[in-house]
Amino acid sequence: MTDLLPVEVTVWLMNRDIFTPATLEVYWVGVKATLKLVSLSLLFGFIISLPLSFARASSNSFIRVPVKIYTYIFRGTPLIIQLYLMYYGVVFIDDVKDSWMWPLVKDPFLPALVAFTLNTVAYTTEIFHGAIANTPRGEVEAARAYGMNTFLLYRRIIFPSAFRRALPSYGNEVILTLHASAIASTVTIMDITGAAQFVYSRFYAPFSAFTFAAVLYLVITLVLLYIIRKLESRFNPQLREVRKSRRKMMFFGNAIQEKRPGA
Amino acid sequence: MLNLHGYGMRLFEGALVTIELAVLSLVIAVLFGLMTASAKLSGNRMLHLLATLYTTLIRGVPDLVLMMLFFFGGQTLVNSLSDAVYARFGVDFFININPFVAGVLTIGLIFGAYMGETFRGAIQSVEKGQVEAAAACGMSRSLIFRRVKFPLMMSHALPGLSNNWQVLLKTTALVSIIGLSDMVRVATQASKATFEPFTFMLFVGAVYLILTSFSEWIFKRLRLKYHAGYVGAAND
Repeated sequence: MTDLLPVEVTVWLMNRDIFTPATLEVYWVGVKATLKLVSLSLLFGFIISLPLSFARASSNSFIRVPVKIYTYIFRGTPLIIQLYLMYYGVVFIDDVKDSWMWPLVKDPFLPALVAFTLNTVAYTTEIFHGAIANTPRGEVEAARAYGMNTFLLYRRIIFPSAFRRALPSYGNEVILTLHASAIASTVTIMDITGAAQFVYSRFYAPFSAFTFAAVLYLVITLVLLYIIRKLESRFNPQLREVRKSRRKMMFFGNAIQEKRPGA
Repeated sequence: MLNLHGYGMRLFEGALVTIELAVLSLVIAVLFGLMTASAKLSGNRMLHLLATLYTTLIRGVPDLVLMMLFFFGGQTLVNSLSDAVYARFGVDFFININPFVAGVLTIGLIFGAYMGETFRGAIQSVEKGQVEAAAACGMSRSLIFRRVKFPLMMSHALPGLSNNWQVLLKTTALVSIIGLSDMVRVATQASKATFEPFTFMLFVGAVYLILTSFSEWIFKRLRLKYHAGYVGAAND
């Protein structure tokens, strides 16, 4: 990262006690690791939870119930347990050390990615399911009256309408996934929190180390919020005027919505 | 079938730590939440700004980072404070921050920010006429709060309160990272000693699942109690 900064800044930084270019480099690596982990788990989470949310709403109980059990278990237990199970647990399965899987699970990144993805899928499925279940009956009936088949009905009517309704909660889930990713540092991933822990143990300066990490998370959170708000007004043009008048309050007062609901 | 290798008792003690921690943090969080909500509704600009700053900062930063900041940072703050007192007055004292107290205060502080929004909405939804009627009956302010405002408010606050409690319960798992002997920490130690992470992690996961399901049942009962008179209250 140091080559991105102007020379004067680098020289000024070199004379600092804690926040030298080397320290900032550690944080920069952390920011990249956090963003990589969060964006990948959100991407996979989104892709997997789409079909699952339709399955969750299915009238066939053989399809619906397993999805329900899955979301119930993953929303009812702490993420850190799921992460430990993935990271410590898989290593102890017999013969895994001799199999082709070993190079993949030896490094903590993949187990962490799987744990975070499974966790966010559970929450996202419930969010999407809620939005689908709240589709106004009239919209479905009108589509049926036009002779749409189920696939077309989902593609043209239910999905666009549900997506619009799910966006605020989904945005909340994005931010909570970012915050949850701080746990990755416990399985030796050098994310932002891991960087802060490293700086803390190196300089014994907990206040500076963790405050800097907190500021980094806060900045990423605010940027994500800005993007989410933009998307919301893009997909809900009818709300634009209302939003304009409430913008100040939204950004600070209700900036981040409620924590995600439990099981 | 289930062999806990003699860790059963320690896991049970860990579970008690988890429950104590969660309940005490909830009390602190409700207090902070009520204070935040009153500050936001007080009409005083300074108080409103302070409360907004508090909620935004806390909600914009991961729980774990805040916990580490308060726990590790708090200790150095106390240390430098005692150094300063020693240099100035010659009084030598040392305070060691208890991880349990630090955990309760931190989790309470974090969830107070979330409770603030819940309570603000709930307080606002109490009809003015109810409070006026109580005042007209000659009730004192504290009696109005206890008999009229609070019960009416609770029916609106319960869904949010129930969500926050479920998340809080799961957040207590993080205290194992800052060194508290809760259920998760005992399980980690046990899995490292016995090389059986599946047994212990699945066991602890199951205990959490039981706790969350049980509290869901309790909140359902509470909703019934505070929603008495509404049709279909239990299905909310």
